[in-house]
Formats: sequence, structure tokens, C-alpha cells
Amino acid sequence: MAKILRAARMERCIGCESCSQACARLVHDLVSWSLTGIRINSAGGISTGFEARVCVACDPAPCAEACPTGAFYPRPGGGVRVKEELCIDCGDCARACPYDAVALDPETNHPYVCTHCALCVAFCPHDCLEMADLDAFRGREAAHG
Amino acid sequence: MASKGSFRVLVYDLEAGRGDYETFGNRAEILGGSGLAAALFEAHRIPDAPALDPRQPLIFAIGPLTGCFPLMSKAICAFASPYHGQYAETHGGGRLALAMRFAHIDALVVRGRAAKPSCLVAGIRRLQLHDCHPLWGMDVFATGKQLRRMFRFGEGHRSILRIGPAGENGVAYASVNVDTYRHFGRLGAGAIMGSRNLKAIVIDGGSSLPTPPGRDYRKLYKKCYDEVTGPDLMRKYHDLGTAENLAKLNAISALPWDNMKRTRDDAIDGVSGERFAKDQLLRQTACAGCPVGCIHVGLMRERFGEQHEYLYRQVSYDYEPIFAAGTMLGLTDAAKVLTLIDEIERQGLDVMSAGVALGWATEALERGDVGEAETIAALRFGDLEGYMQAVGHLAARANPFYRSLGQGTLVAAKEYGGEDYACVLGQEMAGYATGEAFFVSQALGLRHSHLDSAGYTLDQQGDRVSVEDAVDFLIEDERKRVLLTSMAACLFARSAYPEDRLAEALAVMGYDDIAGNLGPASRKVQALRWRVRFASGFEPDAVTIPKRFREVRNARGPIDTAYLGDLRQAYQQAITGLAA
Repeated sequence: MAKILRAARMERCIGCESCSQACARLVHDLVSWSLTGIRINSAGGISTGFEARVCVACDPAPCAEACPTGAFYPRPGGGVRVKEELCIDCGDCARACPYDAVALDPETNHPYVCTHCALCVAFCPHDCLEMADLDAFRGREAAHG
Repeated sequence: MASKGSFRVLVYDLEAGRGDYETFGNRAEILGGSGLAAALFEAHRIPDAPALDPRQPLIFAIGPLTGCFPLMSKAICAFASPYHGQYAETHGGGRLALAMRFAHIDALVVRGRAAKPSCLVAGIRRLQLHDCHPLWGMDVFATGKQLRRMFRFGEGHRSILRIGPAGENGVAYASVNVDTYRHFGRLGAGAIMGSRNLKAIVIDGGSSLPTPPGRDYRKLYKKCYDEVTGPDLMRKYHDLGTAENLAKLNAISALPWDNMKRTRDDAIDGVSGERFAKDQLLRQTACAGCPVGCIHVGLMRERFGEQHEYLYRQVSYDYEPIFAAGTMLGLTDAAKVLTLIDEIERQGLDVMSAGVALGWATEALERGDVGEAETIAALRFGDLEGYMQAVGHLAARANPFYRSLGQGTLVAAKEYGGEDYACVLGQEMAGYATGEAFFVSQALGLRHSHLDSAGYTLDQQGDRVSVEDAVDFLIEDERKRVLLTSMAACLFARSAYPEDRLAEALAVMGYDDIAGNLGPASRKVQALRWRVRFASGFEPDAVTIPKRFREVRNARGPIDTAYLGDLRQAYQQAITGLAA
């Protein structure tokens, strides 16, 4: 069953950027806090706490639909996978995302998006992140809806 | 991008409104951070010109490991201090270090004076000087809110430095606020920015570095991460935080109360780390790049109207601010301490310096050395209201007395009387009435800081060691700290990054030549910093250790004044030798 990354307990977040740096380091071979699949922002200054900008696993995913080369393509269960070699750095994916979950490199326009690989989860010191069973998660939402 | 051999430095001229990226220095020789800042100061300073001369450089620097490993999260600020006219170095966290790293700026050197109150913005594809004259006069927090509205780019990955009224008005211990909860606090960097019409600096860090090839970097990062987030190594910084020291130091009669008229008080329970954690702690937060989360934010709920109207404030606290704006002023209620810290921060004053200065002013008023014509406010130990008013007067430099006090406690004491009870060791004291080693290490330390070396630890280790052993300890401990701050690590990472671990980290990042030379390189940087300090006018003979320090009596008994004198002389000789 497909699992997705959920920033489920962001009220615990201390803004250390360990998750974003883990994504950059382990997925993209970068040292970075912004060119990553998960970006941590304060919601108007650090006194307001933190929020995660991360893929929410749309199904179908508008970023994949907007991608002109097929570099972003649907991931079973929601969200996208990425064929880096097909990407032409046009940025259409980022513009199509309603959740601002695709980061663009300010120098190259290359996109970075979460593919729900789970590598960041172990690098949160306060257990803010989890891999959630998609069907169960959305079922729970429906039940509460 | 910076090369492996040298630094990429942005030199910005506020008068011309333009900047140049320059290649500077040799990493193997000056390492980065503290070493880079000192070398840049040596290269850019104008000898014999005063600190507030706009040609003097204001420097911010990071190190080779910044952003690459946990707790490599500090930036170093260096300048000629308006407090003593000499070289000064202060360290700040927040997001600045990572913002600089990911803007590919190893150091920023600011010179000149802007024509109007301005905000400097630097980052990838950005270098602008913005007129922000409407912000002049605004406090630190209001300024932060306006800046966030003015600049919509890079949210979460930028750093916002700003000053408050104290910096604008040239108070010699005005601070620079970094991202709300951190500061370049001591020795007046805020006044330097104010004198340059520089209200704020925004660094936008949206880029990246490639990871080194192979798996070694990832493996070492994980090892470091696991250690610093494990149950033991950093617990004291995360759990109660440095505020845990309040009860500990009080118990050994080493916590200054009421301008250090005494060093122990049974009212400690009202302001202990445990009390803050139980009644005030809202949450912890962290500097970017540090999973420890040592920043303790207290919540203060305050009723301001009769019909159940409340406001709330979020105030970061630590041991030193609680000492300076709490016990030193006789405040025994945690909420009142937070109220005062908040006001001092709002005005853009250094909390430690401002609190200690007001402690002296209170005793001066008690003794009649000054009157209320000078203090304007009725200052009494334990009375918050008077201190709230005085903070505003201090930041505004409201009259000749506050102008003098804003230049330093000892300056006011020389003018009005009361040098004996001025709690000043080079600058206003840090909160350790532990004994001779701390008094000497702050009075003659390069930064006049409790962070220069662990003199307070030496004092607490039982019997006094020989003067020779004490000096050896202080000098070697300083060298180890200089190595860390040249990387530029948080000093709370001392146990996480012993020298061999730093060498390993540098090697995996491709700095093999530095990794193999850390001992000699750190000694060179230590000497460089002292050379720069002395060249800027430091005269150790001119530093006094006021009588109040010799009157301290703590768990070890009275201060040994002969030992204090001998240690001072020997330490003075050692640092003079280092600078030669």
C-alpha cells in the first residue's frame, strides 16, 4: 500500500532544518536547506512557529500534468516521481502546484519535489514527520469530514 | 562559489551603494569564522581612526563547515567597538550562518555610511541598498515585521538583522538582533550599524553546494547527528537550557544578586530554570542547522484592560539574561524578568550589559552617588516599573547620566562616583561570581566574555590550581574555542566536536590540508586575534577589576586577592606573548 510523507506534528517543529538538509544531502547530493523536497518556513517570523512546504500527494498531480516532457510523472497512490534526465528546467511544475511544494533553484530553475521516499523522517529530532498509509489517512479524513 | 583555497568576500560600500565580490586569504592559514574575521579586520581597519568612523569595517563571517554539519550554525561579527574603541568579536546564530553559506558569501564587509536609513539586501542574484527611512525609530520587533512585508523573497531561507533605537542612538552596548531570538549582543555592533545609517541587513540564502563524492560525508553527518540528538550529550542545553545554572550557581553562592552585593538568595525558586520551565516555557526553537533546540521561548500573558483584555509576548531566555535582567536587579518573579528582557530586546540593547548597568545605577541611587534627577526613574532592586522606564531612557540617551551610562557602567562610575561597585570586567560582567579564574578570564579575555575560556569551570573544580597551571588551562581552552569558532561552530558543540572529529569533518568536505594542520593553524589564529586586538589599542594594564569582585565570598570562601593579582599578571604576560 502506498505511503506518503506527512508533516503531521509541525507544532513540535523547532526550525532546525535537519529534514530539509537530509533531503538535499541524501536525495539530491546537495548541501542545502531550500533546494529540497521539504522546505521549512516560519509563518511570518520565528515567533509564529513553523510550517512545512512539502508535496501533499495530489492524485492526479497537477505538476505532472503541467510537465511538458514527462520528467514529472504520476506516482501510484499520489504525488509524482521524477526522471531527472528529462527535465528542461522550465518551472511549469512549480507554477502548477497549488501548495507551493515544488522548489526552484534560483540559479538554474531546476525543480525539487518530495517523492515520499521517507529519508528525511529519521532526521527530525521531534518526530514531526511520519509516513502515513494513504488510504487509511484519507479514509480517516473522510470519516472526520 | 568559494574555492577550497580562499574565501569569497562581499565588500559593500554604503556610501557608493555598491559592492564587490573579492577573493581573500588562505583557508589553511586563517581557517574561517573567527580567523577570517580577524584577518579581514586587519586588512580593512583604518589605524588611529575612531570606532564610529564610517571607514572602519563591520564584518560578518562564517566557516568552512557552516551548514555542512549539525551545530555548525554560528556567524561571527567583528568590528571596532564603540564601547572601548578596540577590536571586538561577537557571535550570533539564527538563520544568518546558513543564509550566508547558501548565498555563497564567506564574509561580508560593510564600509561607509548610507545617505539615508537603509537596508542592505544580499543573496543569489541580489545586491541592493533600500531606503527604509520610515523604519528609523522603530523598535526591533516592529522593524522585523515591516522588513518581512518589504521583502517577500526567500521566506524561511533568509536572515534578517536589524537594530532598534539603542543602535540608532549610539549606545555603546546596542545589539544587532538576528532573526528575533538571537543577537550579536555585546560591545556595540548595533551602534556601528546605527552610525552607518544601516537599519537592517537581509541575507537571502537560496542556493546550495554539491555534496562531496562518496558516502563518507553522509555517514559522518549521521554519526554527528545521532550523537547530538542522543539522550546525553546535549541534554542540558535542550532540557532546562542554560537557565539550569541559576539554582546551581546560587547554591554555591556564585550567582550575583542586587549588583552583586550578595551571591546567594533564598528567592532563587522564583527565577530558577526549573521555575521558568514550569511556568513560562512555551516552546524551544533552534538556530538553522542545529537539531538541539536550545532557544527557550517563554510565554508572558499580560492583562492590559479591565474587560479581560490580554496580550502575550514570546521572550527567549537563557541563564545570562535572567541573571542580568533578573537577579542582578533583585527581580524574583520569572514573569517580571521576561517583561524586562522583552523591553531591553525591543529597544535593541544587549541584555547582559544593560542589566548590569542598571544594577550599578540602582546602587548608585541607593548610596546617593546619583539622584533621581539623573536616573529619572525611581530605581529600586526588585521594582520592575522603574527598570522598564530606565530601559527607555538608556536607549534614548535621555539625559547626560544615561548618555554616560550608555557608554559603559565604568564611564558613568568615573563621572558620578561608584567605581568600587561597578560590576565591570572589561565590559559589564557575565553572571559568574565563581572566583579568580573567571574574573581574570573575562577582564582580560579577547572578547571580555564568559565564552573566551572556561575560567568559571576552573573556579568550580575544588582547590585552586597553581597560577601557571591556571594560565595554561585558560590559554589552551581559548585555543580550542578559537578552533571551533573558526569553523564556525556553536560553542555548545564543544563536546560534540573534539579536534579529531573536526579534522574528520574537514577531510570529508575536501579540506585535507586544513584537517591535517588544526593544531598549528588554531595557534596561529589565536595569535592573529590577539595581534589584532593589541594593534587596535588594547592595553591590559588599563583594565581594572573593581573592588566589588574582591569582596565576593562564595562556597570556596573569600576571594584570594594575592592569587587574583598573580593570575592576572601571568595571564597578561601570556596574552601579550601571544600577540608578539
